[in-house]
Amino acid sequence: MTIKRRDFLKTSLSGAAALSAGSLVWPRVSEAADTIRVGGMHNLTGPFQAFGTNKLRCVQLALEEINKAGGLLGKQVELVGYDAQADNKLYAQYAQQLGLRDKVVTVFGGLTSSSREVVRPIFKRTRTLYFYNMPYEGGVCDRNIFCTGTTPGQLLANLIPHMVKKHGKKIYVLAADYNFGQISAKWTKKIAQEHGAQVIQVDYFPLDVNQFGPTISKIQAAKPDFIVNTFVGPAHGAFYGQWAAAGMNKEIPIASQTFGEAGEHLRMPTELSDGITVCYSYVDEIDLPTNAAFLGRFRAKFGDKYGYLGDLAVSSYLGVLIWAKGVKKAGSTDRDKVIAALESGVSIDGPNGKITVQPETHHCVFDMYLAQMKNRKFDILQTFKQVTPTNPQGVCNLIKNPQTNKQFEPKI
Amino acid sequence: MDFAAVIVIQVLYAIASLALISVGLAVIFGMMRVINFAHGEFLMMGGYTVILSTHAGINRWVSMLVLAPLVVGLVGMLVEWLIIRHLYGRVIETVLATWGLSLFLMGLATVTVGFYQEGILPPFGPVRIGAYKEGGYTFFVIGVTALILIGVYALMRYTWFGLIARGTMQNADMAAALGTDTRKVYALTFGFGAALSGLAGAIMAPISGVVPVVGMTYIAKAFITVISGGATVLAGTVSAAGLLGLVNQAVTFVTTPVIGEVALLASAIMLLRILPTGITGRFFRRGL
Amino acid sequence: MRPSANQAGLLAATAAALVLLVVPPLAFEVFTLVNATIYLIMATLALSLALVWGFGGILCLGQSMFYGLGAYAYAVTVLNTGESTLPILLGVALPVAFAAVLGYFMFWGRVSDVYLAVITLTVSLILFHLINSTAGDQYRIGEAPLGGYNGLPGLPPINWPGDPDRPISFEGMYLLAAAVLVATYFGLRWLLHSHFGRVTVAIRENEARAGLLGYDVHRHKLWVLMIGAGIAGLAGVLSVSWGSFVGPNVFSIVFTAQIIVWILVGGLGTLIGPIVGAVAIQFLIAWLGEAKIADTNLVLGGLFVLFVLLVPKGLVPMLAERLRPWAARRFPELAEPGGGDPL
Repeated sequence: MTIKRRDFLKTSLSGAAALSAGSLVWPRVSEAADTIRVGGMHNLTGPFQAFGTNKLRCVQLALEEINKAGGLLGKQVELVGYDAQADNKLYAQYAQQLGLRDKVVTVFGGLTSSSREVVRPIFKRTRTLYFYNMPYEGGVCDRNIFCTGTTPGQLLANLIPHMVKKHGKKIYVLAADYNFGQISAKWTKKIAQEHGAQVIQVDYFPLDVNQFGPTISKIQAAKPDFIVNTFVGPAHGAFYGQWAAAGMNKEIPIASQTFGEAGEHLRMPTELSDGITVCYSYVDEIDLPTNAAFLGRFRAKFGDKYGYLGDLAVSSYLGVLIWAKGVKKAGSTDRDKVIAALESGVSIDGPNGKITVQPETHHCVFDMYLAQMKNRKFDILQTFKQVTPTNPQGVCNLIKNPQTNKQFEPKI
Repeated sequence: MDFAAVIVIQVLYAIASLALISVGLAVIFGMMRVINFAHGEFLMMGGYTVILSTHAGINRWVSMLVLAPLVVGLVGMLVEWLIIRHLYGRVIETVLATWGLSLFLMGLATVTVGFYQEGILPPFGPVRIGAYKEGGYTFFVIGVTALILIGVYALMRYTWFGLIARGTMQNADMAAALGTDTRKVYALTFGFGAALSGLAGAIMAPISGVVPVVGMTYIAKAFITVISGGATVLAGTVSAAGLLGLVNQAVTFVTTPVIGEVALLASAIMLLRILPTGITGRFFRRGL
Repeated sequence: MRPSANQAGLLAATAAALVLLVVPPLAFEVFTLVNATIYLIMATLALSLALVWGFGGILCLGQSMFYGLGAYAYAVTVLNTGESTLPILLGVALPVAFAAVLGYFMFWGRVSDVYLAVITLTVSLILFHLINSTAGDQYRIGEAPLGGYNGLPGLPPINWPGDPDRPISFEGMYLLAAAVLVATYFGLRWLLHSHFGRVTVAIRENEARAGLLGYDVHRHKLWVLMIGAGIAGLAGVLSVSWGSFVGPNVFSIVFTAQIIVWILVGGLGTLIGPIVGAVAIQFLIAWLGEAKIADTNLVLGGLFVLFVLLVPKGLVPMLAERLRPWAARRFPELAEPGGGDPL
């Protein structure tokens, strides 16, 4: 028995070792020149899996639509995908792989800002065009990247005034403790001031905090008119249950920059989520024919059990479409030609209305939807057309200064 | 005055929840010196059991207090039979095995239940304390944890199983020589510890929410509490949870949750420096 | 004079080292070298714990903290000075100093085995929590914002000493990582064959006896911890130069557990084992992300459990056991009473 086990192990281990050594050594040869290869890096495993899976699906749907319509420049588009497992080391490795070995023409991916900042310099070095399709804290100014997610200014510019008008001027901010939360808190303070309101307190919570008892007591003591939160991830999701347990969900309204984006409202009892107000570039409940068609195609391909898309996932869909339009306009997949095409003024019609690429910042102008949660659905209260992205102090101008390569932070 | 009452309740809650999530690990470690890195996942399974069975229509108290410990206890015994049994005495290998088990269970939960499973509301509405409102469930957690600890004590002290278990814990060879089937005792004890963890996870489920990776948030604290407590199961867990929970929550109130966490960790280090074999290495040594 | 099994092993290791240093830069393309570099760095990190735990008997569950301190020290310093020589030195010195303080705290307090493991884990977690919440502007050291959860991206790689405009190339980075791994391996091998090494193992086997025989046990363990910390810190510095970023998850429980797993899979108590374990598992994880056959945790966890049940001592000891009878038959003149050393 023992010998058999060892034999089996020895042969299988050495076989596996040989196979893997082979793939390490021999470079993956580019497929025949009749496909266009694009790269994707998403979190399909680990705590942010809820975000990654739908983003990947949106990319796949967009590519399928392009291929069905005849492909790009007569060629089919192929996706080389990686599961980065929320590990920045793997992001770095896969980015190098995509840029140096797989030789893709563009990459869609990255989730957290830290993953983006890890791969951004790598893609710049390998001259691979990079699309970052996530709402984030704003400020990235780099010719090699296009950001198809919203920036805090776009959300808060309409969310805060609405809440101030409806509820009052005292704001308590609950922020996730990383640069997205920190910078968003700054924007909240700034926009609040512009509308005569005041942020009375900002509390920061690292992403693994899931007990909010003392915080809830502190909020009760401070008696704000409403709360603004940037809670991210499953641990922060525990807040809503504890908040409702203390009966506070009926007393102090909540505005959120992030609620619903991971579909967390689907697994919460409605008492916890009713009344939360948000402002996104996309919600699944948008009542446009383009959205109905889009969701129809998505469901046809992936079924009904996808949870919720939100602007987090749909930004990936838009990213692919924008890139495709750039390629068509440039007549080539060459990076500099596509960038020039995208900088010449490109718009697409997406499920959430018109999206325009802003040439100086490589960010997007969106229609923003102010909505409130009721019964696990977002009721759209108001639509704001073509809201421009945040450009701290207008410092980012890639047309004038194409060599810029940094992330600007608002000086508030 | 009201605020002081709120602080006291929050501190008691912190102590209780720490003790609750640690007692299952303490039983397993105290009895068998097995470091069960899959402990967090036992908590997760208890959470999912209560959620899934409540949604399937079973009364939520039955799901929480009966079904969850039963299910996870059985899973624990299965784990013991398949894996742990082969590794007694080999501490190093149990570390790798239970860590692997932890990853496996996380992966299993991800592909079966997934991240979109609806949770359950904390039962009981708010309780008024002067100008403040505290969730009624907080009091429930404190109360139920106290009952569980008393129950475990009673079991260990007054029942036949408890006697055999303690004997095996003190001197396995002697117990075997006296006719005890130590393998069966180990299996039952591991199952018992797992059941306690499942119960804890079920009780925490309404307030903390349950996702496949929720175990990761519990494992470090439970581990530190158990080791700081020392070899004696109950006295160790209670005293360690008491000290660490108090420090954690008190500091959190004065500063931020992060500093509160750091304070808890730093206290554990100081504790182990002063009492290198845990609290019950020196005090309450002859207790349970 | 007949060669011993030990010398044969040394010869084999030297040959492997030469191959590692010479062949890849000539034979493989840049991408493969870049990929291999991080595996070599992780192998070096594994060696640091191999010394501390495998040979020193000190179950340091928080070994990643030395790696992380080295990485952060390099990152913060290089952003302030712009040139990399001082950052490298600090990247090694800070973990060593930290280990000295921690070791003094633990060993003279007579904390041992599982309790010591918990202290090391707890310290690593404290560092994690502290660094994780430094996202605000006020947390900067000179020119370097600590960055909190997001860490410090965009860090410059190592440059030729004194010349910040000549950063190290990809090939150079590979050679540096390979050279450090080779030097660490042979250095540790030499150390473990020396008097110091024998005392280390003696303390691991029976601390009380070693103490009664007159050896200063505490000081010895302190040295072991400090050397291990220095190696880990150097690995941290190299990893920052490779990836140009550092983040607080270098202090997390997940990362530190990985190091433990590498050693257990490769073989506790050997030097080659942890190298093999680190490379194999890192490779497996990257491959799983590419192959996407199933949930990574599911596959990895299942493999670990099977591994422990079937190959409990680790890959290298298992292979050594399998090969020993064959080698004894083939090379009877190498047979050494007692089995020879596992290095």
